[in-house]
Amino acid sequence: MKVKKFLFSQKTAPYIFALPFIISFLVFWVYPLISAFVMSFQDIGAITVDWVGFKNYGKLLKDKVFHTAMINSFEYMVFTCALLIPFPMLYAVLMDGNLVKAKGVWKALLYLPALTSVVISGTLFRLMFSEYKTGQMNVLMAMLGLPAIKWLKTKWTSEIALLLLCCWRWTGVNTLYFMSGLKSIDKSLYESADIDGATGWQKFKFITIPLIKPTTIYVLTISIYAGLAMFLESFMLWAGNDSPKNIGLTIVGYLYKRGIQKDDMGYACTVGVVLLLIALVINFIQLWLNGSFKKEER
Amino acid sequence: MSNDQNRVTSPKDFKEGMHVRRQIFSWIATIFFALLSAIIMFPVFSGLLASFRPGRELIRKGLSLTIDFDSMTLDNYKYLFSGNADSLKYWMWFKNSLVLTILSVVLTLIVCYFVSYGITMYDFKLKNILYFLVIATMMVPFEILLLPLYKEVIALHLIDSIAGVILPGICGASTIFFFHQYMTSLPKELLDAGRIDGANEYYISVKIMMPIVKPAFSAMAILSAMGAWNNMLWPLMVFRSADKFTLTIGLNTLLTPYGNNYDMLIAGSMLAILPIFIIFLIFQKYIIDGMTAGAVKG
Repeated sequence: MKVKKFLFSQKTAPYIFALPFIISFLVFWVYPLISAFVMSFQDIGAITVDWVGFKNYGKLLKDKVFHTAMINSFEYMVFTCALLIPFPMLYAVLMDGNLVKAKGVWKALLYLPALTSVVISGTLFRLMFSEYKTGQMNVLMAMLGLPAIKWLKTKWTSEIALLLLCCWRWTGVNTLYFMSGLKSIDKSLYESADIDGATGWQKFKFITIPLIKPTTIYVLTISIYAGLAMFLESFMLWAGNDSPKNIGLTIVGYLYKRGIQKDDMGYACTVGVVLLLIALVINFIQLWLNGSFKKEER
Repeated sequence: MSNDQNRVTSPKDFKEGMHVRRQIFSWIATIFFALLSAIIMFPVFSGLLASFRPGRELIRKGLSLTIDFDSMTLDNYKYLFSGNADSLKYWMWFKNSLVLTILSVVLTLIVCYFVSYGITMYDFKLKNILYFLVIATMMVPFEILLLPLYKEVIALHLIDSIAGVILPGICGASTIFFFHQYMTSLPKELLDAGRIDGANEYYISVKIMMPIVKPAFSAMAILSAMGAWNNMLWPLMVFRSADKFTLTIGLNTLLTPYGNNYDMLIAGSMLAILPIFIIFLIFQKYIIDGMTAGAVKG
């Protein structure tokens, strides 16, 4: 009876409700995070586990392949942010209001690629960017009077393919984010700007951009993470984790290659820890730029 | 003011001029989105066309856009429904994907609802700390935990099981966050009213609050269904036996260097998009609501 009273009291209830999260947090977040750190100082063999101190980190510093992967991931992240924020914002602004006809249709079609799994979209893009003359991109090149290109064999052409794949999948999603952000802007602001004789550009610059900032920051955050942690897109575009001269290798791709394909868990966890540090630094910079450290309340 | 006299003759003309200008601009914007949608649809459309062609042709010619009814055939789809070993394999993947999606959506939503009910509706000591931890888990890319989590799942004997795929993600931070955003705006007096009527804490959370939060359930159900249906990296690591593969992993196994499975791959991929696309069309409105919650305040 006492136990029952205790379990049903208003004081105990929140802890019982939150219990699954506390357990899952400890078991599936804290524990693996700590073991990632621990494993990064180990050399993990089939049977034996040896402590090697900072050896993995030293090796990583000099690892040319890892440098390539880092550069690839960073480039990809920067370009995706540059493409997947301004354009979706523009599309959302155009679609807000009743300027565009039949906008429900365009919205659904823009979103469609996000519904395809990466296996399907990666395969479709690999076929489109095939190096044969009959691949669509090369047909397009021929129509422009240009020679056929081995898209997925050189650095910059494959970057174009990857970025197009990414834009294709995420433009619609980000547009929806911006559209929902625009909905929260008070329309009377635009009306008073109209009365003051503001041009469309002025309204965009002085009303839309500042007021949509929370959405922009949110989209920027998810784009940075998705960009840095990108793996499957490249994995599917090259039908495996191997690309010529590692032009498609990313940080997570290298982690997967070392940990799963080469069974060198310790070294792979070192890659993971470095990725974690990068993510934390970015988080910190962003919170700082955001002014989150200055004011507590939003 | 003086400019006005040069520009327009009467207010009526001015209004009409504006109207015509707006009409023209509206058509330009609409045509722009129509073109954009056409470009976006291009890969899916050519995939669809390719699914009506023999796979050998796909390898040789790439995706091609010429519609040639003579060479088009339903063979690929007939093959998928033929009941031979390959087609049975495909439908097994399809079934596995369905089971995994339904189980993970139902379990994740129930668990996340109660967790976030506890964190949101009560004032208790750990409230803010727990909320902070939920946000913290969102800040660390999942890929960092990939390898330690993989080792952990092996150690817990969950490898090659549905539980191993679902459990680590069952307390999805973004789902908890979404329910939290939805519930903070609700009056806590509702709970007190229930308490006065003699209902216990758990009864209140199910019978009083759950019906009110129903729209949040629909929004989250769709978003997590889309995620689960297309999830690839983690299931790829957990599932080992071929009879447990989901669609994404199964289709991936068809990607051999010889390209002899493309008949099944393309037709199968197109069928795999179908269920999630239908769900999207029906529940489009909720998806936008669901995305809004994360973006506006986040």
